[in-house]
Amino acid sequence: MSAHPDLAKLIFGRLTLDSLPLHEPIVVITFIGVAIGALAVLGAITYFKLWGYLWREWFTSIDHKKIGIMYMVLGFVMLLRGFADAIMMRAQQAVAFNGSTGYLPPEHYDQIFTAHGVIMIFFVAMPMVTGLMNFVMPLQIGARDVAFPFLNNFSFWMTVAGAMLVMASLFIGEFARTGWLAYPPLSDIASSPDAGVDYYIWALQIAGVGTLLSGINLLVTIVKMRAPGMTMMKMPVFTWTALCTNVLIVAAFPVLTAVLAMLALDRYVGTNFFTTELGGNAMMYVNLIWIWGHPEVYILVLPVFGIYSEVTATFSRKPLFGYASMVYATVVITVLSYLVWLHHFFTMGSGASVNSFFGITTMIISIPTGAKIFNWLFTMYRGRVVFDLPMMWTVAFMITFVIGGMTGVLLAVPPADFSLHNSLFLIAHFHNVIIGGVLFGLFAGIYYWFPKAFGFRLDPFWGKCAFWFWVTGFYFAFMPLYVLGLMGVTRRLNHFSDPSLQIWFQIAAFGAFLILLGIISMLIQIGVSILRREQLRDVTGDPWDGRTLEWSTSSPPPPYNFAFTPRVHDHDAWWMMKKHQYQRPIGGFLPIHMPLNTSTGIILGGLSFVFGFAMIWYMWLVAALSFAALLIVAIAHTFNYHRDYYLPAEEVSRVEALRTELLARHV
Amino acid sequence: MLMSPSGDLAVQQRNLIITSTVLMLLIIVPVIALTLLFAWHFRASNKKATYDPDWDHSTILELLIWSAPLLIIIALGAITWVSTHKLDPYRPLDRIAAGRPVPTEARPLTVNVVALDWKWLFIYPEQGIATVNELAAPVDRPISFNITASTVMNSFFIPALAGQIYAMPGMQTTLQAVINRPGEFEGFSANYSGRGFSGMHFTFHGMSEDGFAQWVQKAKASGGDLSRDAYVKLAEPSENEPPRYYATVAPGLYQAILTHCLQPDSPSCMSRMHTKNGGEATGMAGMSMPPTTPH
Repeated sequence: MSAHPDLAKLIFGRLTLDSLPLHEPIVVITFIGVAIGALAVLGAITYFKLWGYLWREWFTSIDHKKIGIMYMVLGFVMLLRGFADAIMMRAQQAVAFNGSTGYLPPEHYDQIFTAHGVIMIFFVAMPMVTGLMNFVMPLQIGARDVAFPFLNNFSFWMTVAGAMLVMASLFIGEFARTGWLAYPPLSDIASSPDAGVDYYIWALQIAGVGTLLSGINLLVTIVKMRAPGMTMMKMPVFTWTALCTNVLIVAAFPVLTAVLAMLALDRYVGTNFFTTELGGNAMMYVNLIWIWGHPEVYILVLPVFGIYSEVTATFSRKPLFGYASMVYATVVITVLSYLVWLHHFFTMGSGASVNSFFGITTMIISIPTGAKIFNWLFTMYRGRVVFDLPMMWTVAFMITFVIGGMTGVLLAVPPADFSLHNSLFLIAHFHNVIIGGVLFGLFAGIYYWFPKAFGFRLDPFWGKCAFWFWVTGFYFAFMPLYVLGLMGVTRRLNHFSDPSLQIWFQIAAFGAFLILLGIISMLIQIGVSILRREQLRDVTGDPWDGRTLEWSTSSPPPPYNFAFTPRVHDHDAWWMMKKHQYQRPIGGFLPIHMPLNTSTGIILGGLSFVFGFAMIWYMWLVAALSFAALLIVAIAHTFNYHRDYYLPAEEVSRVEALRTELLARHV
Repeated sequence: MLMSPSGDLAVQQRNLIITSTVLMLLIIVPVIALTLLFAWHFRASNKKATYDPDWDHSTILELLIWSAPLLIIIALGAITWVSTHKLDPYRPLDRIAAGRPVPTEARPLTVNVVALDWKWLFIYPEQGIATVNELAAPVDRPISFNITASTVMNSFFIPALAGQIYAMPGMQTTLQAVINRPGEFEGFSANYSGRGFSGMHFTFHGMSEDGFAQWVQKAKASGGDLSRDAYVKLAEPSENEPPRYYATVAPGLYQAILTHCLQPDSPSCMSRMHTKNGGEATGMAGMSMPPTTPH
């Protein structure tokens, strides 16, 4: 390289061999582990000749069910990474006492807490929420796919490209050391000159394109593609919450894109939006990022409220109590979520009236949320509650989430927040609502819809192990943080001087260890369930005696979902159909119009990764070429007229006849 | 310690935390109890429990489940409005403790606080001294903090004294507080600010008037000079700094830090001249300075 310094700089930008963190043994060992694991997986795929299958059936698929499943896989893989960060932090804080500074140097520790937050929100919670909406919602509304199937595949690969950039930062260069929202001036070029913040910016920008497009896609799907008879007030509650969430995505994510674009301009071309010089103001960034950030919380939690609604009704063997008030509560939360962002920085010096306004709007959100809790409660009332795994997670959620809600309202009282802001109390609060609310709900949803996706249930024994490890682990990990917060301990510290605090951190670390056992149980559960899939097989398509349309089709559903578009007369459409002795049609099938697979999505995602990586490392030549390639591929795709086909009626008849036979065998 | 504070503001904030929590427990405890009760009683194996498979609406219950949280929030909202105004960190104190109004002749002690990378600088304009990572104030005398930062955002927080407020470069926030008990209290930055953040601790001494006077004398006797050059050197990033004292402070130093105008020919001096902050915050005295909001 040294022979042609200019050429090297042109191609590699500021990326040099020194950018590889070879001096950090933890990272090197992790890299070796990851490399061995990756080689094993890639080797196995090659050995079993699965590349063609994966490419044809999954990577290029425009089937919303497969894309939904791929989102879930992405979310679960990233959960392992995000959790590895979490347990490293817990270990660090448990040992860094009595003059010890722990085993992580600040530059590594600071990356870990930043990466943990970014990964858990953007690449675990978001893909899983999007994945479930993708898989379930079209089935619930009786549609054959989403409105824009190709866009769906493209959105997924953009999210993957963003996630891969975050993963790349672990081994090439470094990730941001700024906290997960990268407040300037700390994230300005003057304070963070290295590539970390650029990884942050480009990972979120690229993934953000995917999120926004997927939001538009699902929104249009719900508005335009519901089965005949399904008026708005007859939609399943999960679809309602998906609708509200996608409205929030479409309205909020452009703000994130804009604010990160301004930060990028500050860093790349020397503008002064958020610097302290020449009229720039960092407070504008803080406001803008939370105008996205607070709706983001509801983007995550609303669909999960929908999952709890479906699960509670199904497993209580009763319709949801107060459907209409549930819908209104969801809509009210959607609107109010835009009026509360300032509660994230009461301590920034706004006046008392401004602070009170935002404090009180925040509290008002707890009214519809409280109404929802009561609705689930009265759904159980006079029901026959069956405690399968989804319902177990739901009850755990109801108890855990109200605690998190209470501490959230407490933080919304500005003078209380002056004491508790940025403390471990805050950390405990938002993990209380994000784990106890979002994650528990995602697990409930995964257990609930897994048989629909794969045709067999997940093993209940290992599921119960996972449940108890997770739930007790959660309480052990986060209740001590509430205590520490009330003792005035702030967040993001890498060592402590007061020895009396240590015991609380050790309890929290023990909780993280229990959660680790929960995650291991889940991995075992998946393995065991695959081995025992014949015993766990769902042949009916309706393993839980469900109420909504997704349970009317087979498990897994055929590529076209429904041989005939169902007609809807009431909510709980499938329950009503069962009640009125619905007969499955066994003849008279017609050819079905279907979209064709395309590799454009994965190619665009790959090029976006290259473009992002090149921008991060100032490889201007590569960046320009990959950007040009992006445009060319996108434009070329618009000339591809070979996008759809008709599934012949004979094929539909064949698939449906197989199901008729299967159902007859198992009556 | 947040829950056993020694300053009047922190005491009131602690009481507010307790009041709000109790108010919310009024609804949280029944919800948790009902969840457990319903989940247990209506379990599928309990055939004695009533099963009403079509019951999904009750107007009275719906009114109740919306109005119960509403009532709690009305009460809490009222408390919030009043307490947020009463405990506004910008508002001059009207009492030094419960039942003890601020004496009419009392003048607040002014301390100008600068969050540096990664230590705290405290400038006492009245006494003409400055300290690093050590703060002291006489008991029961109102303190008026003016707070800014050199490069990145921090948060100035002494849990025993009062709630925190951000320290931001080029901007000034203020905090009016009072310490009611002598003692040594922990202070730190509560907003992550980079590599040396975890070491950004300082000790806050609550002292008698005499003790405070002696402490000032000690600083005057043992300290060096905080000239502009010395400040520029001090502002260089450093970690885990021990306390140190300055017997003198260059005139106008805090204002220069606030306006990023340490060298007269630097571009920010020109640009800041016209801004609201720069315009309002002239004059080193500081005591009569109106609290400037960052906006």
